[in-house]
Amino acid sequence: MSDVLLSVKGLTRRFDVSKPWLNRVIEREDKQFLTANEDVSFEIRKGETFALVGESGSGKSTIAKMIVGLLEPSAGEIRFDGQVMDFNSGAAMRKLRRRFQMIFQDPFASLNPRWRVGDIIAEPIHTFGLLTGAAVRQEVGRLLDLVGLSAADAARFPHEFSGGQRQRIAIARALSSRPEFIVCDEPTSALDVSVQAQILNLMRDLQDEFGLTYLLISHDLSVVRHMANRIGVLYLGRLVEIADSKRLFVEPQHPYTRMLLDAVPDLALSGRRRTPVTGEIPNPINPPPGCAFHPRCPHVMDICRQIVPPPVTTVSGEAACHLLTEDEKRRASEPVA
Amino acid sequence: MATPLLSVRDLVVEFPTRRGVLRALDKISFDIAEGEVLGMVGESGAGKSLTGAAIIGLLEPPGRIAGGEIWLRGERIDNLPREKMRRIRGRRIGMVFQDPLTSLNPLYTVAQQLIETIRTHIDVSEKEARKRAVALLDRVGIPAAGRRIDDYPHHFSGGMRQRVVIALALAAEPELVIADEPTTALDVSVQAQIIDVLKEICAERGASVMLITHDMGVIAETADRVAVLYAGRLAEIGPVRDVIQAAEHPYTVGLMGSIPTLTQTAERLTQIPGAMPRLNAIPTGCAFNPRCTRVMDRCRVDRPDPAERPGGRQVACWLYDNAMESADE
Repeated sequence: MSDVLLSVKGLTRRFDVSKPWLNRVIEREDKQFLTANEDVSFEIRKGETFALVGESGSGKSTIAKMIVGLLEPSAGEIRFDGQVMDFNSGAAMRKLRRRFQMIFQDPFASLNPRWRVGDIIAEPIHTFGLLTGAAVRQEVGRLLDLVGLSAADAARFPHEFSGGQRQRIAIARALSSRPEFIVCDEPTSALDVSVQAQILNLMRDLQDEFGLTYLLISHDLSVVRHMANRIGVLYLGRLVEIADSKRLFVEPQHPYTRMLLDAVPDLALSGRRRTPVTGEIPNPINPPPGCAFHPRCPHVMDICRQIVPPPVTTVSGEAACHLLTEDEKRRASEPVA
Repeated sequence: MATPLLSVRDLVVEFPTRRGVLRALDKISFDIAEGEVLGMVGESGAGKSLTGAAIIGLLEPPGRIAGGEIWLRGERIDNLPREKMRRIRGRRIGMVFQDPLTSLNPLYTVAQQLIETIRTHIDVSEKEARKRAVALLDRVGIPAAGRRIDDYPHHFSGGMRQRVVIALALAAEPELVIADEPTTALDVSVQAQIIDVLKEICAERGASVMLITHDMGVIAETADRVAVLYAGRLAEIGPVRDVIQAAEHPYTVGLMGSIPTLTQTAERLTQIPGAMPRLNAIPTGCAFNPRCTRVMDRCRVDRPDPAERPGGRQVACWLYDNAMESADE
């Protein structure tokens, strides 16, 4: 067993989306909550790439924000390298923060347009007091070189760069505090495919060189398959399946995972007959009771409408589906031949 | 040979700016046959959407068609007066845009918008138009269409809205539908549904489709032929299977290699070095030459024109120049 770097247990986040107090009184409405994540648990081991996939509204980015400390969870705990993240202690958080960084989706929004690239990359170095004086400039040059830009680019402004180059700058900034763990929230979805390939390759090279651990968040299953060791599939804020990357695509266990895989357009032109996808993600303010996927599930049973399925161990990881629970029960009750 | 439904010949679109004229589309030629789905791919800025906008006469000023011809069933449409073009748009060429929320008017119900569109182009009574509208919504897969037709666009989810937009585009029974990134704003599970609806309904009505997207997977599943654009020029055009499985233009080869797939096993993706040039800095000769792995001296000087290849394919690359090939032997 390799060491666990990050573990998340029972993570839940609710957002208050109620109308103002006066409207509630007049219209006789209760407070309303949007549950972005409910009871999410997973572990990320040192040096691996763990990916979270899901459609919009499944709560991928909310998890990322909680893990880097930008949002406080409503319930549950996050442990980084064995240490529980304490959102109430500024000093403790600051110490941890140097060790994880984040890369955002839109490199046009995540870089300050009024700052020179050199200052953007140097900011974490100054914030954490890692280096001083001329050493900072040298370090910035080294980082730019590392991500495939040149040291001279430090004097330029973000608008002088293309989308792919800006994402390289964002990666250099993330690396400047010498983190062990990087959360990548849709790092390539704003980029064209040929540029996406450059960035994905760069992320891999950096991982090999520095032994980085990634949490990759993406809606693109083929990107996830290319990058990740293990994958967690989210549906309406809950993890429905966690599995080994290679096996998830060969033998998906949860019906939602199967549907998602079927929906991906096929470049191989195999002419496979796919099961038509039905329905859309329901409103997270009023999620369906029981298993949230039951209104779209082809194998729905009575129990699915009432009880949230607990995760069970599968051949490739774990999945939360009553079908699998039933299977397990049957196997347990059958005498071993 | 039958005349193609749409024929674009040497289309040039230019944008005059203070620092000189930018050529956004440079001599693009292609045909769309009756009932055919033509995919158009390329990276941002390659000129995909511009081609669509030029065909329907909706280029944003100061952009203008500076050369070439566009023919719709043997009738030239690129130089029509505004009023005549307006009658073709919607009636004979339907449009589906990327963002369904901006292509629907939020202040009118779906019924009002559909009925208005139908009655503008077809001479029918209000009652008949409503009947047709309900049938259309039902066809594109909106549940309880008779009731939901009186809802406003914001009552529908993203996928349902895009279905409404497809219904609107098809309301006047056009011969050609131009779909510009119809599924880019949608999730994969919804994308598959929308692509299926668009494909089926157009096949049913015999409408041709020009499908503009950056997603090769969508093209692979939908199109009959595909055109690959690079820096405002046509790099390669041909049957979808040939282009995807055995690309000939080095740009298409690189593009296909850079797409991660669900079945590949490669550890690293092929990457094309650099990025597409800006319009004011397109290199002389072949626009792809600074990034091409198989560049020759000639590529830096002369621009290759699309040349016929076996299997009804055209490739704009000096590698496939007949004179060169015979010289090699």
